[in-house]
Amino acid sequence: MSTLTPAAHRKATTGPTAQATGTLRRGKSRMDPTRNNTAAGLGAWLLALLFAAPVMWMILTSFHSETDAATNPPSIAANLTLDAYREFFGETSGVSPWPSLINSATASILSTVLVLVLAIPAAYALSIRPVKKWTDVMFFFLSTKMMPVVAAILPLYLFARTVGALDNIWFLILMYTSMNLPIAVWMMRSFLAEVPAEMLEAAQIDGAGLLLTLRKVVAPVAMPGIAATALICFIFSWNELLLARVLTGVVAGTAPVFLTGFVSGQGLFLAKVCAAAVVISLPVLFAGFAAQDKLVQGLSLGAVK
Amino acid sequence: MTTATARISRPGHHAAKLPRNARSRERALAWARRAPLLPALIFLILVTQLPFVVTLIISFLNWNSLSPDKTAFAGLENYVTVLTDPDLRQAILTTILLTVSVVMASLVIGLGLALLLDKKFIGRGLARTLLIAPFLVVPVAAALIWKHALLNPTYGLINGILTWVWSLFGSTTAPQLDLLSQAPMMAVIVSLVWQWTPFMMLILLAGLQSRPMDTVEAAQMDGATPWAIFRHLTLPHLRQYLELGGLLGAIYIVQNFDAVFTLTAGGLGTANLPYAIYQTFYFANEYGLASAAGVVVVIGTIVVATFALRTVFSLFKKEAAR
Repeated sequence: MSTLTPAAHRKATTGPTAQATGTLRRGKSRMDPTRNNTAAGLGAWLLALLFAAPVMWMILTSFHSETDAATNPPSIAANLTLDAYREFFGETSGVSPWPSLINSATASILSTVLVLVLAIPAAYALSIRPVKKWTDVMFFFLSTKMMPVVAAILPLYLFARTVGALDNIWFLILMYTSMNLPIAVWMMRSFLAEVPAEMLEAAQIDGAGLLLTLRKVVAPVAMPGIAATALICFIFSWNELLLARVLTGVVAGTAPVFLTGFVSGQGLFLAKVCAAAVVISLPVLFAGFAAQDKLVQGLSLGAVK
Repeated sequence: MTTATARISRPGHHAAKLPRNARSRERALAWARRAPLLPALIFLILVTQLPFVVTLIISFLNWNSLSPDKTAFAGLENYVTVLTDPDLRQAILTTILLTVSVVMASLVIGLGLALLLDKKFIGRGLARTLLIAPFLVVPVAAALIWKHALLNPTYGLINGILTWVWSLFGSTTAPQLDLLSQAPMMAVIVSLVWQWTPFMMLILLAGLQSRPMDTVEAAQMDGATPWAIFRHLTLPHLRQYLELGGLLGAIYIVQNFDAVFTLTAGGLGTANLPYAIYQTFYFANEYGLASAAGVVVVIGTIVVATFALRTVFSLFKKEAAR
């Protein structure tokens, strides 16, 4: 048993017994399953709507005109318009969000690529052919993630200022890479560990070389996990504010930094704020919904399956 | 751990005939295994550990960038200031209060939601997706929405709903809240609980669904009440997931900057340490003081992280032992 990987282990236990309990759980053994579940379902739906209400309100308000947006009581049935989005994209105000959106995309995508380049070999060395004391290495990685950014930000700022890397997107990319690397190594290790040892052994016996084994055995199993890791790194970089605010300025400012322009309430345009929030959250919402199952696994550092 | 290593070290590598040859081959093999790890390791040490060492050094200096000629060794002076300055001490207390209350509240609500979502009902997948949404809104954007679209005293949704409900009963004197100025800490906590509850829910749901059902079946056969099952079977099983969620959440919430920055700009006693440090070095240019505060945060985090590592480790050991 001890030689089985988690995946194989799960397969081994999903025998008839497991299926039987599964049926039991859903069917007979609950005292009154129908009534019970209806109540639970109603409760869950009520809370789900409550939790999603701010998001839905944000989306709805972004399609209202400024006068309809700022009313008390709220005007839910007001006419829908794209004015706020036009305003946000600078057609009337002249301040375009595009540079910051492009900076965010550049920083998020390139740092994600860098993370993958560094993390995949590391995860390989920690799972498929682990180095000695691999758990110690894992915990070193994790401990770097637990250090608050504020504890290192001043030297980073001073360094960037000295070498002229302030307001430079490349320096931010390096920072985001270091921010996401520990998580990526942890996640990826748990995904690579799911490659069954038997398959690796079979490949070895068949005389497959390292590259062929990686391509034919490891990649197919690990690919979805690698994709999920990439998505999570992308989300974290896209969301980051503190580093971007301290290390960038006019040229390399990211979308969250752009959003901070809306923090002060003076001359506020509510619909425009909502439109900005929607546009900037959209990539994360898409990425997150697409990877919601892997999201937990990633965020819990691979500790929860 | 040993089993995991045993599964990987394959026979055949030790088959070399000459002992010396074998040893050098072994060493070469060990390096070949380490090599893929090194780029990531070296990169992280350079970018995260080195700056912290510099922070540590600066924390013992008297350094305000506006008067650079006064830079000198200050001993523990900065640390004394961090622990005695009313603003910074307040920031420490705020950080603790914020972290503990947000983690606790989101864990309890997340547990409730996970228990509901563990049951089968119509549209469960959609309900789950809706529940994840708060976690997926960019944090600054979420804070902006709370500040302007929900909590704003004149046109925010919450007061708007109050006005509307009261008007249904023919009243024009609906109570109007002003959380942002009356109870700013509450505003920050509420918005963070809203963002973090889905995270807790997802982890606890994963825990619930990994629960071995045969013991639950057996308990039901023996006539155990649902509460007894929850208390004696579900909760103990969930314990490590609760710990994991709580501690990971704590690590992120201790570092929270976006919500404090956006909702209150640290006003009215809501400045937590990350925000206070940001202000100390970015606006007050007190580099030594900011560094000392940074070191204090790290010490605090190490305390939490030690527990976090232990929890993650217990889950992780289970996996490695399989």
